[in-house]
Amino acid sequence: MRFAKLALAGLAALAVSAVAVPVLAQEHGAPAGETGHAAGAGGHELMAPAHGWHHEEFFGTFDQNQLQRGFKVFTEVCSSCHGMKLLSFRNLGEQGGPFYEARYPNPNDNPAVKEIAAKYVNQIPSIDPDSGDPVKMPAKTSDRILGPYASDIAARVVNGGALPPDLSVIAKARHGGAAYVYSLLNGYHTPPAGLTVAAGQHYNAYFGGDTAASWSGDPRHKPPGGFLAMASPLATANVTFDDGTPTNLPQMAEDVATFLAWASDPKAVARKQMGAAVIPFLILLSILVFLSYKAIWRNVEH
Amino acid sequence: MSGPSTYEPKSGFTKWMDERLPIIRFGADLMDFPTPKNLNYWWTFGGILAACLAIQIVTGIVLAMHYVANTQMAFASVERIMRDIDFGWLIRNIHANGASMFFLAVYIHMFRGMYYGSYKNPREVIWILGVVIYFLMMATAFMGYVLPWGQMSFHGSAVITNLIGAIPLIGEPIKTYLMGGPAIGDPTLNRFFSLHYLLPFVIAGIVVLHIWALHVPGNNNPTGVSVKDVKKDTVPFHPYYTVKDGFAIVIFLILFALFVFYFPNALGHADNSVEANPLQTPAHIVPEWYLLPFYAILRAVTFDIGPIPAKLLGVIAMFGAIVVLFILPWLDTSKVRSMRYRPVARSLFVVFAFASVGLGFCGANDPDKFVFNFGPDKVALVYTDTNRQPQREVSDDYAALRARQSALPPTAGAAIEVQSEGFKWLWLSQILGAYYFLYFLVFLPLLGVIEKPKPRPASIADSVRKKHGSATPAAAAH
Ligand code: HEC
Ligand code: HEM
Repeated sequence: MRFAKLALAGLAALAVSAVAVPVLAQEHGAPAGETGHAAGAGGHELMAPAHGWHHEEFFGTFDQNQLQRGFKVFTEVCSSCHGMKLLSFRNLGEQGGPFYEARYPNPNDNPAVKEIAAKYVNQIPSIDPDSGDPVKMPAKTSDRILGPYASDIAARVVNGGALPPDLSVIAKARHGGAAYVYSLLNGYHTPPAGLTVAAGQHYNAYFGGDTAASWSGDPRHKPPGGFLAMASPLATANVTFDDGTPTNLPQMAEDVATFLAWASDPKAVARKQMGAAVIPFLILLSILVFLSYKAIWRNVEH
Repeated sequence: MSGPSTYEPKSGFTKWMDERLPIIRFGADLMDFPTPKNLNYWWTFGGILAACLAIQIVTGIVLAMHYVANTQMAFASVERIMRDIDFGWLIRNIHANGASMFFLAVYIHMFRGMYYGSYKNPREVIWILGVVIYFLMMATAFMGYVLPWGQMSFHGSAVITNLIGAIPLIGEPIKTYLMGGPAIGDPTLNRFFSLHYLLPFVIAGIVVLHIWALHVPGNNNPTGVSVKDVKKDTVPFHPYYTVKDGFAIVIFLILFALFVFYFPNALGHADNSVEANPLQTPAHIVPEWYLLPFYAILRAVTFDIGPIPAKLLGVIAMFGAIVVLFILPWLDTSKVRSMRYRPVARSLFVVFAFASVGLGFCGANDPDKFVFNFGPDKVALVYTDTNRQPQREVSDDYAALRARQSALPPTAGAAIEVQSEGFKWLWLSQILGAYYFLYFLVFLPLLGVIEKPKPRPASIADSVRKKHGSATPAAAAH
């Protein structure tokens, strides 16, 4: 009987671990050698800033200054090729967002958000009411954060055939999340001797793909990573941070990666906070129900 | 065991109602249902499953208020639920993780039934209805997973509809009806949404039949010994099992909440956060974890048998893995229900359970990758020799091969590649898949004849008395 119980318990544990394995896999980046769209990491331990990723901790939150810096990097650098069309400008001013202010519970009233929308580089396609011609209009807070291109085809023409993906959910759409974006932006290493890089392509030690076909050395020691059409976007960038944080590549990469992690899941902090109330409540409830169970079964042998 | 009703209407209203629609009597009898007193926690999963179904239906109805079943808008509409709908993130996380929780519970529930012989006479119909529910759950979950229109949604549904297309004669027309046209697109998404809304209510209907069928013979129990004396062997369902099931449900909800609030994407796949793109196939198409064992069986068949091609055989094996569950009551020839008293069957069952979980791991991995490697990687020089024959030279020494390569003429087309050897996931899935079928089709039928069961307790009351070592049964509180 003991054995049967143990075995069944073992089975349940296995079932639970089958469920838990992907949790760990996700936390620690892609399995080695995996390629494809969501893969990334190129079979290589991801990079993280020395202090880790605070927002990924159990009770971790975002630093609002960092989100503002990240948004600044996004607008000044990334927005010339990428959009974030699942976000509206007003989302930036919602609770937990980079420009949230308690004074403006309705983010459409938030002057910082209004100004960002009105000055945004990628304007909103519209129709001129007088002439009927297509025109571009400054954005309102309710408008989407669009990219610069009129169509995917136009985007590919300018980017050597590659499509800059929309960045709204990029951290959810790649194994490793913020760590992947951070590693990618930091990962433009000089290609090792023996690796041929095609014109218009750039070697990145963290990009998903395979370097085997371009590698002339021992195939067992091919370099990690792959090639992509985006040149290092931060190599020449020089974003001045309003809070005085010194500008350097790792700092800009960390800030924009954190901002993109926020944008992928803007309700993450609210979610974890609610969990911190719900789970203790359920534990308390389970104790009460257990005591009732004990009381009701007190006189029954079972 | 449903026996005569013990309900007595007391007030004027309940008497009036009882003569017209005896629904209060119906509820009272349900609550009073005599239930074996020795049920363990494996029996709480029925209640947990009912909770799961209710949770899926309630959250699903709310999602359907905001979801847009259109290939251009579906992905963005789900993201809008996550971002702009009040508590939409909560509802969606509960629904998406709820499907996994539902399957976790149904698997435990089914293994429970297999271990304690709950499918045997007189409970065959309960079991068959359960397998029908399980099958409909898989269909519902498969179609639900297509709705958010991510890369895995699209390419996963392409794999499954292609499988159906592999069935001779009827396959192609069924596939076309399922997709609503020659390819997966708006018609597919719309009918999947419609069916995904419908099927849970069909499941709920079959759950009613499942419980009705249960209330004819009553519950099985860990000894497998039938109830002999309702007074000594059973307790009323309420409050005894409402409180025990209630406790188990709360514990289950804690695990559920952990996923919803802290690991909401852990059971999903990052590729499904990339909007579906028919032109770009992800490198690894994998179904949700709860379908992986069947996916492993499908891919384990890599050989033709006679005129039947491997692909069709794989489809047959995959559906066969579910079909054997329907006939399980007749495959198991033993009269003894509980494996507690069947030492050989019990060991083979434990192996079966591990094989099933193992098949899940096989389904998640590339069949041509290795479970483990036989030694470090080598390098191989591949080229065409002067007789136009392909050659392959394997070595540890890259420099030596490199020298050989430069000595060869350019017409040899020599290249050096990695040569690794190891134990393939494919082989593991073939071994485990073979065990899966052997267990049902050979071991269970044979064991009923050759196995000598251990002595069983005379009654349920007897079994609990022995456990507690008391001479007389303690009075039941009711
Ligand atoms: C000059 C245009 C340009 C700029 C500026 C730019 N990108 Fe890109 N980006 C691209 C292109 C093109 C691709 C697609 C590359 C490919 O698939 O080969 C891309 C791809 C990406 C990817 C996806 C990589 C993957 O795993 O598929 C990320 C993440 C990314 N960019 C982030 C950024 C960030 C963050 C910035 C700002 C710091 C930025 N990009 C600035 C053009 C640009
Ligand atoms: C047997 C019960 C059910 C199961 C197992 C189930 C399963 C699923 C799954 C696996 C998904 C994909 C989740 C994701 O990754 O987003 C999904 C999505 C969805 N389901 Fe269900 N579901 C059930 C019941 C229902 C019901 C009853 C409804 C409606 C009344 C419903 C409506 C939806 C909608 C609108 C979506 C798309 C939104 C989304 O993807 O989150 N579901 N379901």
